[in-house]
Amino acid sequence: MWVDVGIAAAKAFAVVMLVLNMSLVLLWVERKGSALIQDRIGANRANVFGGLLPFNLGIINTLIADPIKLLTKEDLIPAGADRVLHFVAPFLAVFPVIVTFAAIPFGDVLVIGGRTIELQAAALDVGVLYVLAMSSLAVYGVVLGGWATNSRWSLLGAVRGSAQMISYEIALGLGLVAAIMTFGTLDLQEIARAQGAHLWGVVPLWGILYQPVAFLILLIAGFAESKRVPFDLPEGESELVAGYFTEYSGMKQAAFMLSDFAEVVVVAGLATTLFFGAWQVPFLARDGWHLPGGVFVAMPHLAVVALQIAAFTIKVFALCCFQILVRWTLPRYRYDHLMDLGWKWLLPIALANVVVTAVVVVLVA
Amino acid sequence: MATLAFLVLAALLVGSALAVVLHPNPVKSAMALVVTLFLLAVVFVLLEAHMIAALQIIVYAGAIMVLFLFVIMLLNLGDEEQRARPRRRVVVHGVAWAAGALLAVVLVRLVAGAPLGRPAPAPEGYGSAALVARSLFTDYVLPFELAGLLLLVAVIGPVVLAKRGR
Repeated sequence: MWVDVGIAAAKAFAVVMLVLNMSLVLLWVERKGSALIQDRIGANRANVFGGLLPFNLGIINTLIADPIKLLTKEDLIPAGADRVLHFVAPFLAVFPVIVTFAAIPFGDVLVIGGRTIELQAAALDVGVLYVLAMSSLAVYGVVLGGWATNSRWSLLGAVRGSAQMISYEIALGLGLVAAIMTFGTLDLQEIARAQGAHLWGVVPLWGILYQPVAFLILLIAGFAESKRVPFDLPEGESELVAGYFTEYSGMKQAAFMLSDFAEVVVVAGLATTLFFGAWQVPFLARDGWHLPGGVFVAMPHLAVVALQIAAFTIKVFALCCFQILVRWTLPRYRYDHLMDLGWKWLLPIALANVVVTAVVVVLVA
Repeated sequence: MATLAFLVLAALLVGSALAVVLHPNPVKSAMALVVTLFLLAVVFVLLEAHMIAALQIIVYAGAIMVLFLFVIMLLNLGDEEQRARPRRRVVVHGVAWAAGALLAVVLVRLVAGAPLGRPAPAPEGYGSAALVARSLFTDYVLPFELAGLLLLVAVIGPVVLAKRGR
């Protein structure tokens, strides 16, 4: 029994670490990437070992110096603030985002010592609904963070943020409905397993081949949920200082930032699971490589599992990088354009996608 | 183990439900209601009804309560104790106590009338999305669709009313 508890704890720990570390690495990718895009040198000032090293260690700033700075900064609470809600809001922003990842499988099964371990923190048969439920709770951090500080910038940011997140959640949900209909299950691990086949024995049959529209909807709604450019109106630093977390400092402000980056990771994880074959490596099955032309190369079980986890991580990271690329390419939307896009374009397209998918599913079956 | 989990959960649930009623600040009261609804979803998970638990969070904790909170914040309601006039408070409290007592009597009668002892174990796949969906779309398809229509009316109605003045 204790072994089972230990395994569950280890899986939960692995998932939390995956999200947190990925978020932190993304922070560095964002700094370096934005510099690349804007043709300048970014985040390279770190005088370690007196400059004796032949290469610069700018990454140290982001990964070590920045967190230390944030942890040791004074934690300000504005005079008019509601102390309890001001304290709770950052936690409410981070918690739902990180627990969302529990339902996302990061590998197939690990058979070790006679035990078969599903590489998924929580094997839920309503996985997709769980993801939607948790992402719908993420609004509270924004709303309370903006309201509790009793500042006008914050309140405006909170109102914008909650309206935006609720609006895009509907399109997101309908987009996912089409994907669910294609796979015929809500279980994310089963969806991952269903993507192991190959078209004509060569092209991996991943979800994006069935549902390219649903993928685009998920991606666009994901940008809105993570409140980053082009949909960063809740923060809008040129209008609202920093929006809903204007009045936060130190680690609490970092928690809000972390929740944004973790949301990027979660959107990437969900998109990978539904549309890019999750942990599937092309031609790799549980026993080894089934290459086209009937060639079979056996592979030890642990190596297969390691490859699958690596493939999942790489896919998620690639999608995260794509989101950062978009963030530094597009300008901010105007607020009415944002609402138009959500309600007048994404929602009807998602609905039409659901209807078309339903017809095709019935015809094929 | 499950009993212990339930007892802890029940204590938290009652505490947060009391906070909904007793807290003078409307925003905190609403947040206590969110916590209550979330914990209720956990109770559903303990009862193996995962689907209902997820829907509970999506519909109530995630959507309806956000709108509640929105309205409370936009109206900028202060603490209840400072606002309510004394005589009105007596009436409101009286009505609330009477309604609460009535509900309590009904609940106690229901629980007292329920058969005691261990219930039969849940059948295979109980509470799964497939099973819930099957009963919704076969036995209860008419009420289900009618409820959908009702919600559609509720969505379109306010839009029509809001546009009438222009």
